[in-house]
Amino acid sequence: MTNPPLVGTAEELPREKVEHFDRDLAEVLRRYPPDRKAAAMLPALRIGQEIFGYLTPAVQRLAADRLGTSPARAEEVATFYVMFNTRPIGRHLVEVCTNVSCCLTGGDRLFEYLKHKYGVTNGGTSQDGRVTLREVECLGACGTAPAMLVDEEMYERLDPKKVEEILGRLE
Amino acid sequence: MSETLILTRRWGKPDSAALRTYRADGGYAALDKALGMEPAAIVDEVKKSNLRGRGGAGFATGLKWTFLPKDIRPRYLTVNADESEPGTFKDRYIIEHDPHMLIEGIAITCYALDIHLAYVYIRGEFARQARILEAAIAEARAAGVLGQRLLGKKDFDLDIFVHRGAGAYICGEESALLESLEGKKGYPRLKPPFPAVVGLWGKPTIINNVETIANVPWIVANGGDAFAGLGVGKSGGTRLFGVSGHVNRPGVFEKPVDYNLKKLIMEDCGGIPGGRKVKAVIPGGSSSPVLRGDEIDISLEFDAVKAAGSMSGSGGVIVFDDSTCMVRALARISKFYAEESCGQCTPCREGTSWMEGIVEKIEHGHGTAADVAKLEQIAGNIGGQTICALGDAASMPVQSFVKKFRDEFLRHVEERRCPFGDHGWGLDQSSRPALVGGVRY
Repeated sequence: MTNPPLVGTAEELPREKVEHFDRDLAEVLRRYPPDRKAAAMLPALRIGQEIFGYLTPAVQRLAADRLGTSPARAEEVATFYVMFNTRPIGRHLVEVCTNVSCCLTGGDRLFEYLKHKYGVTNGGTSQDGRVTLREVECLGACGTAPAMLVDEEMYERLDPKKVEEILGRLE
Repeated sequence: MSETLILTRRWGKPDSAALRTYRADGGYAALDKALGMEPAAIVDEVKKSNLRGRGGAGFATGLKWTFLPKDIRPRYLTVNADESEPGTFKDRYIIEHDPHMLIEGIAITCYALDIHLAYVYIRGEFARQARILEAAIAEARAAGVLGQRLLGKKDFDLDIFVHRGAGAYICGEESALLESLEGKKGYPRLKPPFPAVVGLWGKPTIINNVETIANVPWIVANGGDAFAGLGVGKSGGTRLFGVSGHVNRPGVFEKPVDYNLKKLIMEDCGGIPGGRKVKAVIPGGSSSPVLRGDEIDISLEFDAVKAAGSMSGSGGVIVFDDSTCMVRALARISKFYAEESCGQCTPCREGTSWMEGIVEKIEHGHGTAADVAKLEQIAGNIGGQTICALGDAASMPVQSFVKKFRDEFLRHVEERRCPFGDHGWGLDQSSRPALVGGVRY
């Protein structure tokens, strides 16, 4: 058996975006010793995700290349952490906590409500591509539960009305 | 019993996160004092203070610091702000309301331990807290508090950086945190060697929780004995307890380390909504064994909770009223550990999913009495068999829920359904105003 073809190289990415990536990465690299560039893999992938939308093999290779490490290292990180997306998502990401303290204050009902609202199951994207809905683990907002993240910003002490207000503002 | 507030006294003040607010309240005076002390004398004060780690394990902080090998440099400090244990929500408020207290604690700790590079590892979901902390670090640096000369007077260069995680509970485990900080997936390392000996990039590394480090300025300013005097036995100072779930007033409360759990729930949190009774309490984050409602008249001090068969852990208290289904609650907790198991060790990787599946099966009325026994058997085969404590963290809830609420598990089996129907999470699931260090949310 031959190896499958390697899909995606850093060269196929738009040059402008790659330059943007390099500028932002240079800023982040100042936080790590010069001989420990690979430590910046998490921030590098976060930047890549912000600029390119999600972490395609090409974006992973770009990060690995710039940090002087292997693409396997980039893939290992991109697939381990839940905040990294290796597939396209909707224009907005809505993440609802359904852990214990949130459920004791209505988090699971909220999640059910949103599944119906967007016509999706966990992880699905609405037909219009506007929202990807995800169930997430404890967000550290247990006293002000239930909580959700919308595009990584946290909203707390939610009820259906408040959720409608927040989500109604999304494009 | 003391009313002294160490950690929350500035919370809610206007601009409490600003450097000028902190300085106006005497901030960075402890660092100034520390710079006039011998580093070893600072370590001695922390040892005397009986400060115990606030991340969950309750390990003596001063003792941990002495594990650093004498002659190896560089050494690193890593502050654990990966607050992810369900029920725990305290460190975020230290960062939101008083980031300079944390920064001053880092600076003193680094000076005491001859460390010149510190990272705050903050969970990825805390984007706002990361911004606040980065702004505060930049402000301290611009004002000459940090940089080449501490407070502009002592030749001691110190850099503090924020490293954001990206969504993984396991990275709160200290060796997984180091892996993540090195740019890898969060696989815990075999110990020994412990991080104090072989840590970040193979160098000696001290890892302390946010709340732990935030206590250091007060200890230096007031002395280790004074801090020890606020506590009891081997536990000094005050603690932040976060209470959530079925209480009238959830929130974060700074209390003496030996505060009474029942009093915290019934008085500080205003009791249970609707006058219902406490059915169960998880006293220290979701991994700590559950207590029945009649077992909560206890001190929250680490050793006292241990004597009561649980753990004070991270101070995250979750309250369940008597309309809650304990099987449903355990199903959710088990799902969490199955989701968050990193997959490195077979007992945890496989066992957590089995447990989740079996508890779900029982909750949905398809379980048998043998399933209940099997749960205990699986849990017993995970605990102690894995590289890190996640395996134990997943087992302890299962073992304690089954032991303390066995009748309820068996009722699900006998009735072939959940006796609580659609209201497994309680009759009243509404959100209530919280009181966080005296600030209303």
